[in-house]
Amino acid sequence: MTTSAAASGRWRLRQPSVIPGFGLTLGFSLAYLTLIILIPLAGLVWRSASLTGAEFLAILSDERTIKALEVSFGTAFVAALINVVFGVLVAWVIVRYEFPGRRIVDAIVDLPFALPTAVAGIALAALYAPNGWVGQVLNIFGIKAAFNPTGIVIALVFIGLPFVVRTVQPIMEEIDREVEEAAATLGANRFQTIRRVLLPGLAPAILTGFALAFARGVGEYGSVIFIAGNIPYVSEIAPLLIVIRLEEFNYGAATAIATIMLCLSFAMLLVINLIQTWNRRRYGHGA
Amino acid sequence: MDVSVKNIRKEFDRYPALNDVSLDIRSGELIALLGPSGSGKTTLLRLIAGLETPTLGKIYFGTEDASHRTVQERHVGFVFQHYALFRHMTVADNIAFGLTVRPRGERPPKAEIQRRVGELLEMVQLSGLEKRYPNQLSGGQRQRVALARAMAIEPKVLLLDEPFGALDAKVRKELRRWLREFHDRTGHTTVFVTHDQEEALELADRVVVMSQGKIEQVGSSDDVYDRPNSPFVFSFIGDSASLPVSIEDGAVRFQNETIGIAPRGGDIASGDGTLFFRPQDVVLVSDPATPALEGRVSTSRRLAGTRIADIDVGKPGEPHHVEIEVPLDAQASTGTVLRFRPTRWKTFAA
Repeated sequence: MTTSAAASGRWRLRQPSVIPGFGLTLGFSLAYLTLIILIPLAGLVWRSASLTGAEFLAILSDERTIKALEVSFGTAFVAALINVVFGVLVAWVIVRYEFPGRRIVDAIVDLPFALPTAVAGIALAALYAPNGWVGQVLNIFGIKAAFNPTGIVIALVFIGLPFVVRTVQPIMEEIDREVEEAAATLGANRFQTIRRVLLPGLAPAILTGFALAFARGVGEYGSVIFIAGNIPYVSEIAPLLIVIRLEEFNYGAATAIATIMLCLSFAMLLVINLIQTWNRRRYGHGA
Repeated sequence: MDVSVKNIRKEFDRYPALNDVSLDIRSGELIALLGPSGSGKTTLLRLIAGLETPTLGKIYFGTEDASHRTVQERHVGFVFQHYALFRHMTVADNIAFGLTVRPRGERPPKAEIQRRVGELLEMVQLSGLEKRYPNQLSGGQRQRVALARAMAIEPKVLLLDEPFGALDAKVRKELRRWLREFHDRTGHTTVFVTHDQEEALELADRVVVMSQGKIEQVGSSDDVYDRPNSPFVFSFIGDSASLPVSIEDGAVRFQNETIGIAPRGGDIASGDGTLFFRPQDVVLVSDPATPALEGRVSTSRRLAGTRIADIDVGKPGEPHHVEIEVPLDAQASTGTVLRFRPTRWKTFAA
């Protein structure tokens, strides 16, 4: 990685900089990422490559696989949307208002991070089951909130909330009060100020929060399986299907499904990141 | 539009930021609120805008009591020190904001808004930059966008909070001249806050000098510079020297010696007081028999067309430091003993 050779002007890996240690830190980061993320994922793809193309396609076009993927991505998407709305609201309350117990509310937000997911799943299932506290009430209105996709969404909302709150909160704290005051002097009411001035500024953070909550939701296993009911074709999530295949010693099928999940997730996160970059360009940040 | 502030008191956490302040602002006037930080000048401006509510007192816009009107209803143009532009909007969208948030019935049609934005951009000399984002503009340009945005709603009063505070000296000077022209052209009642006295004296029709939540003096630049009405104003505006004096038998005495000046109209007639004078308002006294202030030069320095001498006057045990201007041809090197007398001065009761 010598720089003198790269001076021809095409691709320069290293810009002269006063910040030291570029080579060392980049080398370390790459080695670390390779060891922790890339090698295991490559192993996964390698395993699924032991299948022939036809076998791979057969697993993919299997009705049960398709349904499981639909359930996983569909519920994760819905849950992430719900989390965006209420996560932003929670962040707003924590950032903007002084009230007794604010610190406690702030701490509670992190609980889904810390709680073993299985514990969360069992607790939620007990609450939302038709004979549980909340389930009984919902039953009166004819709503079934456990052992179906609705139950999965509830579990994923629980798991994903802190991702949205914790990404939006710091950006919200940085909002300049003067910008809101400026909007008010120009005649904007509260609603217009939020919609036209505050939310666009928060959009990148909200989008990141959405992406994190969504990615987490797609991969979530522990809390979901207790409340989902796990009915094939209806409320069976893809990670569970992988486990089922593993238990059948059908490693090829398990890795094939995993590989597809990997590709889909990567594609969606990439799209979200591209939107972010485009957004930043538009407002004249960075490049 | 006339604006009257009547007996305003504003407390933050029981601490008064403004204490019984009254001020009449005439229609079309360019007025400066000048004072050190913490003097309450920005609070007064924000009270006029409706961004703060007074603890006591009233604010009138014309004859109408505006004290309980919301910010939106007051229809003021407000320009912030750090611009407060909407960074996700283009320059054009920023300027149009005040028009586009109006209720549907009062909102001008799109073409009309576009025309107004074009006009305003021309007025602030930024035509051609309408598609830019605030991040792509310099500080001076941003502040002019902020001004155009405030002007778009055709405000009754234009309020500027340290509008040039975040700009470098050269841009600040340019914008200052430009604001004066802008004001003369548009004739808006304009109030601006500054802690830069040069800016206030140069720009404003009238200057409001504030200190510790009170108005010390309101007047033209000449008034506050030549006829300061309090020790604070005398020492805050321009350079000045002060000495503790007593006035007895029709003579001003310093450390019990007469110094060759007698109290005049506006001075205190007798008792202890403080003598204020400006460095340039002194004359050197060569005759050792004539009473005068006497002191030893501690340092002297050349400043453009004059020489400034730091002098310790008074008895050796209790020297008082003053700065005076001396003629370039006078002997004023370090250690020289100089005798001088103020030609213009003012005394205030101690």
